[in-house]
This record gives sequence, structure tokens and C-alpha cells, in this order.
Amino acid sequence: MFAELTTKQKKMLQRILAAALLYLLAVLLPLPQIGKFILFLVSYLIVAETVLRKAFRNIRNGQVFDENFLMAVASLGAFALGEFSEAAAVMLFYQVGEWFQDYAVNRSRKSVSSLMDLRPDYANIEVNGQLEEVDPEEVEKGSVIVVKPGERVPLDGIVLSGTSRLDTSALTGESVPRQVQEGEEVISGCINESGLLKIKVTKEFEDSTVARILDLVENSAEKKSRSEAFITRFAKYYTPIVVYCALALAVLPPLFTGMADITVWKQWIYRALTFLVISCPCALVLSVPLSFFGGIGGASKRGILIKGGNYLEALCQVKILAMDKTGTLTKGVFRVSEVAPSEGYTKEEVLHAAALAESYSDHPIAVSLKEAAGELAGTVTEVKETAGHGVSANVDGKNVLVGNRKLLAEAGIAFPEEENDLGTTVYVAVDGEYAGRILIADQIKEEAAETIAALKKSGIQKTVLLSGDARKTAEAVGRKLAIDEVKAELLPEEKVSAVEVLLKQKKENEKLAYVGDGINDAPVLMRSDVGIAMGALGSDAAIEAADIVLMDDRLSKLVTAIRIARKTNRIVYQNIYFAIGVKVLVLLLSALGYTNMWAAVFADVGVAFLCVLNAMRCLNAGK
Amino acid sequence: MKKVFKIEVDCANCAARVENLIKEIEGVEDATVSFMTQKLSIKAPAEKMEAIVEEAVKRVAKADPDTVIYVR
Repeated sequence: MFAELTTKQKKMLQRILAAALLYLLAVLLPLPQIGKFILFLVSYLIVAETVLRKAFRNIRNGQVFDENFLMAVASLGAFALGEFSEAAAVMLFYQVGEWFQDYAVNRSRKSVSSLMDLRPDYANIEVNGQLEEVDPEEVEKGSVIVVKPGERVPLDGIVLSGTSRLDTSALTGESVPRQVQEGEEVISGCINESGLLKIKVTKEFEDSTVARILDLVENSAEKKSRSEAFITRFAKYYTPIVVYCALALAVLPPLFTGMADITVWKQWIYRALTFLVISCPCALVLSVPLSFFGGIGGASKRGILIKGGNYLEALCQVKILAMDKTGTLTKGVFRVSEVAPSEGYTKEEVLHAAALAESYSDHPIAVSLKEAAGELAGTVTEVKETAGHGVSANVDGKNVLVGNRKLLAEAGIAFPEEENDLGTTVYVAVDGEYAGRILIADQIKEEAAETIAALKKSGIQKTVLLSGDARKTAEAVGRKLAIDEVKAELLPEEKVSAVEVLLKQKKENEKLAYVGDGINDAPVLMRSDVGIAMGALGSDAAIEAADIVLMDDRLSKLVTAIRIARKTNRIVYQNIYFAIGVKVLVLLLSALGYTNMWAAVFADVGVAFLCVLNAMRCLNAGK
Repeated sequence: MKKVFKIEVDCANCAARVENLIKEIEGVEDATVSFMTQKLSIKAPAEKMEAIVEEAVKRVAKADPDTVIYVR
């Protein structure tokens, strides 16, 4: 535990321990009054030195009110009143609290920066047959780099040779490695697990995925949340107010009750000093940014990048969720989803005949057919493709027609017409006879229905599908997923106006989020209160335009993101209410004389301790 | 334009104070100091940036010598 302390922390820890030892000696040893006083004073000075120095300097600079001033006045005042043990203890505990806060902050910084430790140290370049390590920033577009097993891919590019598994967990939070081979794109930040890869660099370092992500994470602290701004403002007024209250408390009551009585003065000054001890707002001021930092850090560990505390805050208030269809709710890949053979044929026969007839085509439908059919064996001749209709071919001596209903109708073949909302129906005829139909459709993501249901449960009041696709297709998806409203056949700019209509429907403190895959919908992402891009790895426009970036295309990440946001916000408000509540309570008690400096310092340090511990829970939010 | 600097700042309160200090400099459109990430970002017109950064370093050094701005 102590190995990771900074020099500053180590020094302070030594001081605290020395001061604590002297303090104990002063309390326990049977010394004369003057001996105790000296021990308390030395103990005090050891820990108070930095505070006194800063307080003095601030007064000289005309910035009086900060925690150093409060603690200096309170402790020196206690000394003046003859309360040596309390004076020393107040400073000692204050420093213990400060030290602990510092330690906590450092730990969260380390834990977040280690998980964002994506920056590649070097890239291997082949020069005269020898590998040379160079700074990734110096590698030019078009150069060829070599990534050995165990190394981090330093730049985005295309695999020229080699196959390997890539560990993308640092980017996506996904632990299943990705298989890559020749011709495929790889993104920087992944770790090469097994084979040697030669990669042609397609982007310079500053445009690479890693550089963009790091930039995004580093800038996230700039966009402060409302609660953080509130706390900073609160502290600005709170401290001076408490100081003036303390002053009034020290002076006014004695003036009216016993001007001449020195014990009355002593009593009220003591209460005023107690007031100062609890007035320190540090725990509060620290715990809010610490919580958001932890929440954003914890989210990025799960492949969710959040561009600022304000978005984490806004995410909790999302009541309307607008969604794109293709690539977001559906996979965006067209696959054979149903084969319906006519009597006398099997599914395999129909699929095989169709795939063989289409085997020379690279039309998306042909690709899907071939993919579904698997290995093909047969002789294909006399292939004739009619645009907008389909293909006719001779397959193993039989005349096969594969195409839409126009193709079969023109050939004079009778068939049951069955169109499907979700995709394209391909009809197959063999030797002038209807053999069956194949449905090729975009597939709804497996977890989509589940996610929508979970989102509704978590407080999203309205879900809206905004799609550029045909009305029938969009409505079918909407129905299947129980989405409240479907708007279809929208051009990109019409999506923006659709979002604007929705924005007008919500109440003032409610927010609208839009989820899209970042292709063509950057304007919508920017227009919504919270723009969420998913599967955005490598899509520069989406990373740029979105407020929250889901690194892979799993829809369930949305639920995780909302859960993290809720938890972070809950912790922030717990801390705010708890800290202000305890402080106000102790302030009242001390004004009335029901408490003493001991209670005050324990309240102050205790609150700080609990708030910081609570804030650190944000790092693990969403588990 | 916007520029980001590394800053060494001791406490969350000090960060807020330094932030206000820099915001008051003439020509600064916006400034933020993040205590957690130890980053200072200044938004200002490009032609004034250099003078503003210089002034910021000067003011911060005077008001809060424990805070260090790293100007690259």
C-alpha cells in the first residue's frame, strides 16, 4: 500500500506520525503544565507548518477565506484560550483527513489512467530488413509496420499479411478476442495476441483511434456537471458566511450578556472557533468531481466513453429515447432468415439451387445466399442476369430461376405471393415449377427487445424509432420491439426536425437522448440533449459528434451507461446532502454550546472520510 | 482557439480558485481547471493566446505558488 505513495505524501505521513507520537506523549506522561505545553506546541507546529504558511501567504495576497485560514485561526485561537491539547488535535486530525483525501484522489487517478493506458510506446518499422522501433507519431500514412505477438497495435491500418487474434478489451470492455486476417482493418489500441501482423498504416497517429479516444477522455473533465458548478459556487459563499457568523458569535453575545466577564468572552470565542473548524468545505468540493471522475473512468472500463460530467448527469434525466434502426436495433447485415420450400422440395435443395444460380454474382442478395448455403457443388452454365428481376441459370442440367416476383411472373410460373415486411423475398423456380421462397432480411439484434424493456423499466417514458427505411420495415421492427412511436422514410435532415418536435414535447428538466451508429446521423447526434453513438470504433464523425460513445455495437451497453450515470448521480447527491446536513447540524450545536472542538473536528474529518469513500464507489459503478 | 496545459494543483478548492483567477484575465473566453485530471484549458482568440498564457502563469505564481502550470 505504501509503495505507491508520492514523495509529498510520504513526507506528510512522517510528519503526521511524529506529531501523533508527541501528542500521545503529552497526554500520557505525567509532565508539569509547561512540559505538556511544549510537547503539544511542537506536535502542532510539525503538522501545522504548511497550513500556517499558506494562510499567511493568502492573507498577503488578499484572498483570505480558504480552509488554511480557517484552520489557522481556529487552532491558534484555541492555543490562545489555553486549550493546548484541542489545538494540537484539531490540526493533527485535519491533516490526517487531508492526507487521506490526497491518497484517495491519487488512487482513483491511477486506477483510471491505468485503464486508459492505451498509448502505444513504439511502432516497429522495417528498415533494410531490420526492425526498428520508432515513435508512432513519426510514422507516415502508407508505411508498413510490424506488430509482434504481445504488442499493442500502435496505429490504425489494414492487415497486409498474417493472421492473429486481437484483444480489444481495453477499447470495448469485450473480452472475446477478435480474429483478423489479410485485408481486414485493425484499430490501434488492441493487443496482438497470437500471430505476427504486417499492417499498412491508414491514418497518422493524431487521427488514429487511440489518439482520439485519449483526447476525448482527457477533455472529459472540462465539461463540468451542474452539481459540480453548484458546489464550487456554494464553497465560494459558504466559507465567508461561516467566518462572519463565527465573528458575530464571538463578539455579539458577550456584548449583551457580560461585557466585563472574561469567562463569558472565553466561552463564546471557543464556540466561534469550533464553528470555524467545521466550516471547511473541502470534502464536499472534492467529492463531487471525484465521483464524476470515477463514474466516467468506470464507464470507459466498460467500453463506454462519456465526454463530460454534464452528460453523465443528463443521462439520468433522459425520458425520451430516439433510436436509429439499421446498425442500432438491427445488425445492418442482410442474411437468409427463412427458407420456405414448396411441396416436393427441401429447404437445402431450394437454398442450394438458388446459391448456385447466383454463384457468379456479387449482388448483396447473392452474397447472403452463398453465405447461407455453405459449400456448393454443381455445374452452373448459361447464367443470365436481368437487372431488377433476378438470375436464370442452368444448374446441373436444370433450368433455375432466382429472383423477385416479376421474374417468375414473366416466365409464366404460378406461385403464392408472400411479401415480408422485414426484408426481401427471393422466389426460386426449377424447370418451370415454383420451388420455394427465401427471405433475406436484416436481423434484429438478439438483445434488442430485452434492452428496450430494461430501458423502459429504468424510467425511459417514450421510445421512438427514427428510420430512413421503408415504412413497412420500420414499423415491423417497431412492433417486434414494442417501440412507442415509429417515424419512417426520413432523410437525415428530416431526422433532425423529428428530434426537434420531440424536444418540444418534453418537460424542462427532462432530456432526450438519441442513439445511432454515427453513419449519416451526426447532425441528429449533435441536436439531441445526449447524443449516443454506438459501434463507433473507427468512425471519426461519430466520435466527434456524439456526447457518449459506445465502443462496440451491443445495445445492452446503453442500459449499463444509464446505470452508471444513475449511480454516480446518486452518490453525488448523497454526499452533498450528507455533508451539508452534518455541517449545519454541528454548526447549530456548536453555536448553542452543545458540542466542543473535538466533536467538530471528528465531524469534519469523518464527513470527508465518508464522502471520499462513497465517491470512490463510482469507479465500480455499472458492474 | 483552445489550448490545454498540464497543471499541478493541490486541492479541489485551489483548482476552482485558479480557474476563476484565469477567467478574469482580459481576452479569456473560457477557462477550466480540472483537479482530477490536473489539466488547465484556456479558450481565447489565437492572437492573444500567448500573452494570456504568460499572464496566467504570472498571476497564478503570485496568488498560489503551490500551483504550477506547465507551458510547453
